[in-house]
Amino acid sequence: MNANIHGSNLILKTVLEVRDLTVSYGKVEALSNANIKVGEGQIVTVIGPNGAGKTTMLSAIMGLLESRGKVDFDGTIEGVPVVERMVARGMNLVPEKRELFGEMTVEDNLVLGAFQRHRSGHRDHAQTMEEVYQLFPRLKERRSQLAGTLSGGERQMLAVGRALMAKPKLLMLDEPSLGLAPLIVREIFRIISELRRRGVSILLVEQNARAALQVADYAYVLETGEIAMEGPARQLADDPRVIEAYLGLGGKHQEMLST
Amino acid sequence: MDFQIAMLLGQDGITNGAIYALLALALVLVFAVTRVIFIPQGEFVSYGALTLVMIQAGAIPATVWLLLGAGLLAAALDVRLALRAGQPGRLVRLLGWYVAYPLALVALLYTLPVKDFPMAAQILFALAVVVPMGPLMYRLIYQPIAAAPVLVLLIVSVAVHVAMVGLGLLFFGAEGSRTPPFSEARFEMGPVMVSGQTIWVVVSSLVLIVALYQFFERTLYGKALRATAINRVGARLMGISPALAGRLTFFLAALIGALSGVLIAPITTIYYDTGFLIGLKGFVAAIVGGLASYPMAAAGALLVGLLEAFSSFWASAHKEVIVFTLIIPVLLWRSLRGRHVEEEE
Amino acid sequence: MKPMFSPRLILGVFLAVLAVAPLVLSPFYVTLLNYIGLYALVALGLVLLTGVGGLTSFGQAAFVGLGAYTTAVLTTATELPGWLAWAGGSPWLALVVGLVFTAVVALVLGSLTLRLSGHYLPLGTIAWGISLYFLFGTLDTLGGHTGLTGVPPITVFGFELDRGEELFYLIWLFLLSAVFTTQNLLDSREGRAIRALKGGMVMAEAMGVNTARSRMIIFVIAALHACASGWLYAHLQRFVNPTPFGLHIGIEYLFMAVVGGAGQVWGALVGAGVITIAKQWLQDVLPRIFGQSGNFEVIFFGLMMVIVLQRARDGLWPLLARLVPVRATRRELDAAAEALPRKPLPAKGEVILEAKEVTRRFGGLVANNNMSLSVRAGEILALIGPNGAGKSTMFNQISGVDTPTSGEVLFLGRAVAGRDSREIARMGMSRTFQHVKLLPTMTVLENVAIGAHLRGDKGVLSSAWRLDRNQEARLLNEAARQIERVGLAEHMFDAAGSLALGQQRILEIARALAADPCLLLLDEPAAGLRFKEKQALAELLRKLRGEGIGILLVEHDMDFVMGLVNRVVVMEFGEKIAEGLPEDVQRNPAVLEAYLGGVE
Repeated sequence: MNANIHGSNLILKTVLEVRDLTVSYGKVEALSNANIKVGEGQIVTVIGPNGAGKTTMLSAIMGLLESRGKVDFDGTIEGVPVVERMVARGMNLVPEKRELFGEMTVEDNLVLGAFQRHRSGHRDHAQTMEEVYQLFPRLKERRSQLAGTLSGGERQMLAVGRALMAKPKLLMLDEPSLGLAPLIVREIFRIISELRRRGVSILLVEQNARAALQVADYAYVLETGEIAMEGPARQLADDPRVIEAYLGLGGKHQEMLST
Repeated sequence: MDFQIAMLLGQDGITNGAIYALLALALVLVFAVTRVIFIPQGEFVSYGALTLVMIQAGAIPATVWLLLGAGLLAAALDVRLALRAGQPGRLVRLLGWYVAYPLALVALLYTLPVKDFPMAAQILFALAVVVPMGPLMYRLIYQPIAAAPVLVLLIVSVAVHVAMVGLGLLFFGAEGSRTPPFSEARFEMGPVMVSGQTIWVVVSSLVLIVALYQFFERTLYGKALRATAINRVGARLMGISPALAGRLTFFLAALIGALSGVLIAPITTIYYDTGFLIGLKGFVAAIVGGLASYPMAAAGALLVGLLEAFSSFWASAHKEVIVFTLIIPVLLWRSLRGRHVEEEE
Repeated sequence: MKPMFSPRLILGVFLAVLAVAPLVLSPFYVTLLNYIGLYALVALGLVLLTGVGGLTSFGQAAFVGLGAYTTAVLTTATELPGWLAWAGGSPWLALVVGLVFTAVVALVLGSLTLRLSGHYLPLGTIAWGISLYFLFGTLDTLGGHTGLTGVPPITVFGFELDRGEELFYLIWLFLLSAVFTTQNLLDSREGRAIRALKGGMVMAEAMGVNTARSRMIIFVIAALHACASGWLYAHLQRFVNPTPFGLHIGIEYLFMAVVGGAGQVWGALVGAGVITIAKQWLQDVLPRIFGQSGNFEVIFFGLMMVIVLQRARDGLWPLLARLVPVRATRRELDAAAEALPRKPLPAKGEVILEAKEVTRRFGGLVANNNMSLSVRAGEILALIGPNGAGKSTMFNQISGVDTPTSGEVLFLGRAVAGRDSREIARMGMSRTFQHVKLLPTMTVLENVAIGAHLRGDKGVLSSAWRLDRNQEARLLNEAARQIERVGLAEHMFDAAGSLALGQQRILEIARALAADPCLLLLDEPAAGLRFKEKQALAELLRKLRGEGIGILLVEHDMDFVMGLVNRVVVMEFGEKIAEGLPEDVQRNPAVLEAYLGGVE
């Protein structure tokens, strides 16, 4: 099934390796035998149309959903991932719904991002917060405002900033561009590139395929619960079959795009 | 009714209201964080007060055996889990809290002349016995069904209440008791005499409320509890586990309950089942706040306390009827506010 | 293969055993059975209320008290006020008065508390349970804490039932008729509405069920069962005092229902039996173990409840039922039943739905901005757009779940805003849900029959006494017809939860069709369907269009939409970015950009 374009993702050191991950809701398999790899310092993206199982995959890796298969994170295999343990080990998820603490201030939201680090004895959240504020000056302006009063773009920044407070080894972003205006999408993707420059490995799930393929190193295309294609992002960006997967238009569209 | 009686009743109402306020706060907290409607809250009041009574009488409080038993059970469960998860490192801490701590308490209670200690030390001992039952209760009873519907959690709460009342009768007997007051002092405020104990109750309640407020506003763990109450999934993604939040919440609830018991034991005769009615009045207050608003719950508590005091003067036989019927207009008022067909969990 | 027994056989054996029981058992056991019967009657009400309807009451003992005290006062008082004098002295008249009185009290309490979300009701029941208990103990006319004595026995045709063995038959007659009427009720139009209360309220309202009324119905029924039990109790004991009507007994009743299996009619009997017998035994044993007296059995019951709810939330009945293999009875459809009348459809081409400049803001967020669209009878309109474009919000404005900040939605010329889902359903708009909403334990047939709720009118009493069978056959026939139409006929009697997701979506369409709509709103009907299923669905929608039904489709699946619909409206960022024929929209660069994202 896997139409591999140019071999597999060649990487030096693997941060995340997911093998045969399967999630079922009752009788229905939402994700079947997914295999993906994320290397250190890489941005890997999983794209695919809505309902393909992208969010399901992230939730299963994080341990929010029950799954079968193996999740090898940072050299240790988890049979059944448990959220709190994954967080403690340096995996952080910015979920599609953001899941902010709406009735708390921006600053309290950020402080809580460092909860697990604080618990394990790292009391450096003041400094991390400065770094987050540097990345998102807007958040600093709004730090005493309630998270629920922020605009869509600011919420996304806060969600990312909150995850960064944990100093993650692997940051997983679920549809960071969802519902955001084009200018803000561009800003978010600029920040994703900036994070990679700072050494954070990123697993990016996106419906906005073009933007995702532009920042990513490697990409997987998910279609109805299965990985249908994978390859270096640059090559997938030009692959007509990606468009097919999205629009289900087949040949008709290739024609049109070539004009 | 003359002015003096009114002042006396008002004083009674405020004293009881302060206790109801504390309990209402605990109930709102427990519900917000864990979705548990904590019917056994009142049992901690009786257990706290009567454990102190037993300590003052020079007996080994029977509650310490319950603590030990529950601790052994929790240890058995968690040690198995820790071994299965391949984390033997956790064993020491588990056994320490679940087994060594209650054993140490038993040893201290046996060897030290606690009976002759100053009252503050006796109170500390009583709290040391009763309060850890909160987190243990969460571990044994609620944690395995933390995701269950509110209704199931409520029925479980009622079941726990029933069992705790039964155990209370077994531990403390059917006789009621009082403890000596913290202070014999009396103060004249204008035409009214105010007893020292009243002031103790009101001031301690206020201090506790302020301390709780500070805890939730300033500390990381307090914020973590608020975060769990606001958004469970978000909190888990920060590494705040529902189990941790649950144990912490139940610790606070048990602390508030036991402390309330210790505070009113000198004013009211406490029986093994007194706590339930006191706790329910806290509930009436908590419902005034919609199980969500702390200030409204506190105001409701004061209202319940005053209503109870004044109705005991006018219609003493119907005192309880009046207080519990108060809930009906309150519910009516609540039901007129929100009305849309919504799914219940 | 295990031998299978017919349910009739098992029931027959059970009834025969009951009939001879008082003749062979010692009085002690007859008394025990009497109490089990009395308790089971109350627990049965709770099964309906808690297990089926998802509402909980800890205050049922107070209703038992109302029944007991009413008859005690009416049959022992020497002087009754003039307006009540007619009811004096006769237990049977006292039963009628008690039932009416209880119904009134339940209606008042219910109207105060039933509208509240789940956890307020049980808290409310605790409060009034305590209030009524204290009231029994403090009113002088009720004899205070000593109670009332000298309650006469019940007479039947001049025959006095003054011994336990005699009253036994009356108690079990009451219980069994309550069990059978409850079973009948649950298997009817009203019953399906009641069974939808637990987890299906939003769906049921969208199908036209008045869920508030259904909640009230089961609340009152449960209270009446309790009242009847109290009446029997008073005449069995021949005196009443407040003790058996306190909160702790109310809690015990709930335990019985939960332990027996709160969703099962017969679970009430099992629960009452287990708890009553265990209590008898524990009251003997425990004081000897603990060396002091007191009701220590509550410790045991409390812990048992915790374990039951942790380990076997469905109670004991399902475990017992597994031991005795009973042949499942399959419901027969009456093909001869007359078809239900249909509403005339609007003329093809007539505009039936019109959204005019709809804007919806959530705080600062504009979810829909100036959206206009219209659907005509006999056409399919697709509303498409990428995730987060505001399609669901628009769907909510159209279906009346939400109200626009400005602009309006007209259905058949009348504004949708401000009407509840029931009224909109009655007007002829029927919908499916993006996240499938069905009742997983009910059969496909029953689920679809909920869709036809508004096309029947038989109420509780006719259902309980099976006077609704003619209409019921017609409703079920209609449901079966729709199931066949969408191609699920082979699953007609399967539990809806056992279907694959795609089939569940199809089931929702059948349910919507059973309402006889002129406009269908479908929220992502093709999601999760396989290629063949999609083709079949498209074929079905074409057929419906041909019949003159208007269809609005919210979809992501462009492939599915393109070959099927007449017109397409494309949304992004809450606004309409394109509208027109599928082929034109497909070529629109703005649409491509919306779907694939912008290129810098």
